Amino acid sequence: MTRKRRRLYVLLLCGIGIGSATALTLTAFQDNLVFFRSPSDIAAERPPEGRAFRLGGLVESGSVERHGAYDGRPAIRFRVTDGQHTVPVVFTGVLPDLFREGQGVVTQGVLGTDGVFRAREVLARHDETYMPPEVADALKRAGHWNPAEGAPPPAAEWNTARPRS
Amino acid sequence: MDTSTRTLAAAPPAPGRLHRFANPGRFLRLTDSWLLPLSVAAALMLGGAAAWALFLAPPDWQQGETVRIMFVHVPMAWLAMGGYLGLAILSVMSLIWRHPLADLAARELSPVGAAVTALCLATGSLWGKPMWGTWWVWDARLTSVLVLFFLWLGHAALVRAFDDVERGARMGAILALVGVVNLPIVKFSVDWWNTLHQPASVTRVAAPSMHVDILYPLLACTIGFGLAFAAVVLAGTRAAVMERRVRALQMAAARRMEAATP
Repeated sequence: MTRKRRRLYVLLLCGIGIGSATALTLTAFQDNLVFFRSPSDIAAERPPEGRAFRLGGLVESGSVERHGAYDGRPAIRFRVTDGQHTVPVVFTGVLPDLFREGQGVVTQGVLGTDGVFRAREVLARHDETYMPPEVADALKRAGHWNPAEGAPPPAAEWNTARPRS
Repeated sequence: MDTSTRTLAAAPPAPGRLHRFANPGRFLRLTDSWLLPLSVAAALMLGGAAAWALFLAPPDWQQGETVRIMFVHVPMAWLAMGGYLGLAILSVMSLIWRHPLADLAARELSPVGAAVTALCLATGSLWGKPMWGTWWVWDARLTSVLVLFFLWLGHAALVRAFDDVERGARMGAILALVGVVNLPIVKFSVDWWNTLHQPASVTRVAAPSMHVDILYPLLACTIGFGLAFAAVVLAGTRAAVMERRVRALQMAAARRMEAATP
């Protein structure tokens, strides 16, 4: 019995050690673990000149301008916003199917001296909401939600499964 | 080999209700009638859930029919994490109480866990290309799930890498327990850091941000895959117990032969 108890304590001690070591490491590398920077992050601390990084946020409503590039590839100009700040983005290439105004995007590229972000890649970042087209249409018709403005209303307003509070 | 033979041949009657399954012989007798009903239930549930998910459930308003990948992807992700929690519990039982059955179950669990994690990664990749525009990114969620896959693979390989079965089981248990720190990282990576992967749709604190017409078939698929997972692991563990018994009997017979020959 005492040997079992001793093994239990050793195990618990090791668990506490490994857990706190991991927590400390993750806290130390906090800044490097983010996948993208928001327009506010960039306004607060301008990234070094010519350094590639990822910019993430929502495609601002009414900001998308499409035109053809000189080599025939589709070119696009839009603004990425997080509500407080916006960054203009130019991109030449094929966009993901989910790209639209109000959609989340993560773009990789370089910020020019003129403040325009030249993206080499644009990825769509959709939110965690899943609903049938009819429900989305009903919400839009009722004026509860404009997809170009951003995320849909809280699920409790339209979903019939509610956890007991 | 000698010690494990002795434990299996005559496991001492352990006190307490939790120790009921510790005796491999009793485990075989108890689970004898479980395997068939479990497999039938898994097949029926999976068949029904697949029909529901693939034909009856509505498409998503923005992802369209592609959203149906979720009905495999999400159950695999939940099983990969839930299964790992099970592996951790077996490892604690193995290290503290030296259950012979926990070792066997952990050994049979890890290849299945590696398989579901691989399926989670593969379906996620197939889903990411059309929706996000990329097969793979090194964000915190995707990377931590890849680490989870390597932990499963590492455990499966490590417990088989030793000639001394018990030593292998102990090393595997230690690896599994060290890897437990990765579980909260997988779960909360989408909340702690910004990632390309969206946060969880189904949580306990708020209404699920997934419409019930999509949520219910997802839960049905999860139960179906969960039953199938349990059936495969149970069948593997039963086979492993029987294999060891056969080996123990063969050893005993060989020893008798040796003793009988003058």
